[in-house]
Amino acid sequence: MDQFAVKVFVRLRPSVLDPAGEATKSASIKLGAEGIKSLRIGKMIEVKIEGNGENEVREKIDLLCDRLFANTVIEDYEYSLEKL
Amino acid sequence: MDNFTVGVVVFPGSNCDRDVSWALEGCLDIRTKYLWHESSDLSDVDAIVLPGGFSYGDYLRCGAIARFSPLINALDEFVKSGKRVLGICNGFQILTESGFLPGALVTNKNLNFICDDVELDIVSSKGGWFNNGDEKQTIKLPIAHGEGRYHCDSDTLKKLVDNELIALRYKNNPNGSSFDIAGITNEKGNVLGLMPHPERACDETIGGTDGLFTLKSLVLK
Repeated sequence: MDQFAVKVFVRLRPSVLDPAGEATKSASIKLGAEGIKSLRIGKMIEVKIEGNGENEVREKIDLLCDRLFANTVIEDYEYSLEKL
Repeated sequence: MDNFTVGVVVFPGSNCDRDVSWALEGCLDIRTKYLWHESSDLSDVDAIVLPGGFSYGDYLRCGAIARFSPLINALDEFVKSGKRVLGICNGFQILTESGFLPGALVTNKNLNFICDDVELDIVSSKGGWFNNGDEKQTIKLPIAHGEGRYHCDSDTLKKLVDNELIALRYKNNPNGSSFDIAGITNEKGNVLGLMPHPERACDETIGGTDGLFTLKSLVLK
C-alpha cells in the first residue's frame, strides 16, 4: 500500500457571486493594501489516503470531490497529490 | 384526517422539527411522526417534511452531510412512488444537495442572516402546494436564513420557467436569489422546497396563517 498526501482546492465557480470574498476585499483595501483587483474565498481540504498506486487513489479522490467535497452546481475543484 | 401520517425528519441540528409537528398536529389535526435520520423505514408515513435547522452544523455546505443519511437514501423510492415531500429552509438545501431539486442555495448576497416576514408571489401551484385561485396571489411568510440565495445556471433557470417549476418568488428579493426564487418543485410536483417557513405562519396570534394551505396540502394524494 502506498500513502499519499492530497490537497483539494474547492472554489466557487466564476459565475457565482462570492459576498464573503467581496467583504474581505473591502477590508483589505481599508487595511491599506493597494492594487487588489479581485479576491475570492475557497476551501482547502487535506487528506491522507492509502491505495494501490496513484491511479487507484486518484479514482477515490475524484469520487470524493465530485460527490462530497464540492457541489459542482456552484463549485469547481482541483487537487495535488504527493506520495509519502 | 384519518390515519394519514406525516413523517418529520430529525437530523442532528434540526431545530424546526417541533414547530412543524406543532403546526400539523395543533393547527391542522394531522398526525405526525418523528423520523430519526438513521432510519430508512418509511413504510408507515404518507408524506415527509424535511424541517429547517442546521443539520450536521451546516458543515462543509448546508445540507451536504445530511444527504448521506440512510433516510435520504430511502427518500428516492418514496419520491418515485409519488408521495409528497416538503423541504423547508435547511430541508430545501438538503433537497438540492441530494439532487431531488435542481440548483443550490448559497450565502446571502449581503452576508446577513435575515430574519423577517417577506411577501411572496405564488407563481405556480404545481402539485397543489399553494392556493392560486386568483390571477396573481401574494402571501406573507417568515424567512430565517444565512444561506438562502438560490443559484442555478441559465439552462436550469429556463427549464424551471418553461416547466412552471417555480412555485414562489420574493416580491422584494432579500438575499440575491436568481430570478427572485424562493421555492421550486420537481417536474412531477410532489416535491416542494422553499426557504420561507410555512409552519411559522399557522396562527393569527403569532403573525398570520398564510402557511396553513401548504402544510394542509401534504395530505393531497
